[in-house]
Amino acid sequence: MSHEILAQYLFSGLIYGSIYAVIALGFNIVYNATGIINFAQGEFVMLGGLVTHSLSAVLPLPAAILAAIAITALTGGLLEFFFIRNIGRLIKGMGGKGDVMHLTIMTIGLSILLRELALKIWGEQVKTVRFFTGTESSSLSVAGAHFSPQLLWIMGATALVFAILSAFFRFSLSGRAMRACSASRVGSRICGIRAEAMVTLSFVLSAAIGAAAGAVTAPLTQTHYAIGTALSIKGFTVAVFGGLGNSGAAVAAGFILGIIESFSIIVFPEAFKDVVSIVILLSVLLARPSGLFGSREAGRLKEA
Amino acid sequence: MKRNPHLPLAAFICVAAVTPVLTSLFHANFFLTQLTMSAYYALAALGLCLLLGYAGQISLGQAGFFAIGAYTSAVLCRAGLDPRLAFLCAVLASALVAVLIGMPVLRLKGHYLAMATLGFGVVIEKIARGVPFLGGADGIANVPAFEIAGSLQIVGGKAHRLSNYLIAFAILSAALALMINLLSSRSGRALRSLHGSEEAASAMGVNTARSKLAAFVIAAVAAAVAGSLMTHFNGSIGPGEAATIKSIRYLSIVAVGGLSNFIGTVVVGIVLNFLSLRGVFGVYDDAVFGAILVAVMVLAPNGFRLSLPFARAKGVPS
Repeated sequence: MSHEILAQYLFSGLIYGSIYAVIALGFNIVYNATGIINFAQGEFVMLGGLVTHSLSAVLPLPAAILAAIAITALTGGLLEFFFIRNIGRLIKGMGGKGDVMHLTIMTIGLSILLRELALKIWGEQVKTVRFFTGTESSSLSVAGAHFSPQLLWIMGATALVFAILSAFFRFSLSGRAMRACSASRVGSRICGIRAEAMVTLSFVLSAAIGAAAGAVTAPLTQTHYAIGTALSIKGFTVAVFGGLGNSGAAVAAGFILGIIESFSIIVFPEAFKDVVSIVILLSVLLARPSGLFGSREAGRLKEA
Repeated sequence: MKRNPHLPLAAFICVAAVTPVLTSLFHANFFLTQLTMSAYYALAALGLCLLLGYAGQISLGQAGFFAIGAYTSAVLCRAGLDPRLAFLCAVLASALVAVLIGMPVLRLKGHYLAMATLGFGVVIEKIARGVPFLGGADGIANVPAFEIAGSLQIVGGKAHRLSNYLIAFAILSAALALMINLLSSRSGRALRSLHGSEEAASAMGVNTARSKLAAFVIAAVAAAVAGSLMTHFNGSIGPGEAATIKSIRYLSIVAVGGLSNFIGTVVVGIVLNFLSLRGVFGVYDDAVFGAILVAVMVLAPNGFRLSLPFARAKGVPS
């Protein structure tokens, strides 16, 4: 096999890897704030791509992308405000133990509703977004291997998302408040942090970065009302792979999974790409539920 | 006050037995076909009810197990194997897969199982759609009848409509009775103790991982039985039965039924599937189930309790 083809696989792995990494970051943000796995995470990526597709018909592309991110972020915030916060209060009132289970079921229901809504709005056809620079036939080449300039946009956007999030959590007041909430809900409330607002913020953030990933990758991967489920599973695989809640590791794990998946085409038929990820998910859960990079101790504390 | 858990079961059997009389009085015997299918779907939901309502574990792979049962039966029967043997293989295959997935995942917190089973469901659907040997998007047709004894057989067609309705409801009632009895057995008590507090159960010597695994396998077997028999009834199986949305339907049914309420799950399972099969929900078919799930979680996080006195078959006081 020539090294050009291997390079193509590598590039395709990087594209998908960055989507998975961003979804995993979204999972982590919500998980750290609430302990819930938000099953609608992949739907945010779908919404980002599809809203950009529609808006780019009337707005210039950068404005369309920003608007799509804003709309998706708003959707995420509203969903949290109306459904998660409401039900969370009900359950807290009952002192039920199964609250995480209920909230998880809630996000599953919400993901179906978002998907059906997208089906009503955009129909069943595959949609795309135009390339940020050049067209689908334009390509750059490095050492004989060709790739679309969009790949640079994707990598750049992923790096930007990661940098903004890191800075946000490290330096901004809200970011630090969110970290305090995930360390101790009660303790942070005593310090005057509005924990509910932080949970809403976590949904807004994870929806926004999901939408950004959806918009940036749509020109190459295309988008469709039903892409959310598979993306959620893979994003979760990556989040677990890196150790749930550990963002730096999630990004690394995202690229690892994307690359493994795209090289798996050499061995297995393309239809089994998803199978590869899920086998990886199950093996990681079996061998190291705390993740590849997480310490066993930390994993155990979190899951106990 | 402890209610006799068999009372609602008896009521259910009576209603199920009277229904064909009513449909023939109103010349609506064609309803029986959809009711038969609804009964099989309800059987799959019943299995999930044990897992979700009692062991407290979310599975989003129930449709995957349904499809494993269905496709194993269809493939083996088309290859000429006796349907009874094929049925056995279907159930065993499903149980085996459940053990393989459940072993690593059930040691962990609930959402791991939810995501792992969601992934499992997607894989099964991909395989069903992608493997030419399984018929791809068309699925497998011309699955032969399942002969139980003499002329009593699970097969579609007008002549067999009533007998198949009775077979399906007999199987469903038997499964319901088994589940209710299981709950009052030693292993059932162990399972119920998980719902209260896993730590306490573990301290009392309950092997929590094994109890959860048992519930997971029973749920998978119920789905496989339903899948296999429904394939014989319809004469065909398609990859749509393995779709994620089907698993979510089972989940909404259990949620509306009251999470830990077998009778509720079965009644809701029959009603909702019947309405869906009759096309009442139109293009909103899938959205309805998503909306139901959200509505139940908002309005009654522990599920709607059917307030009819006979409709509560809860082994545990709420």
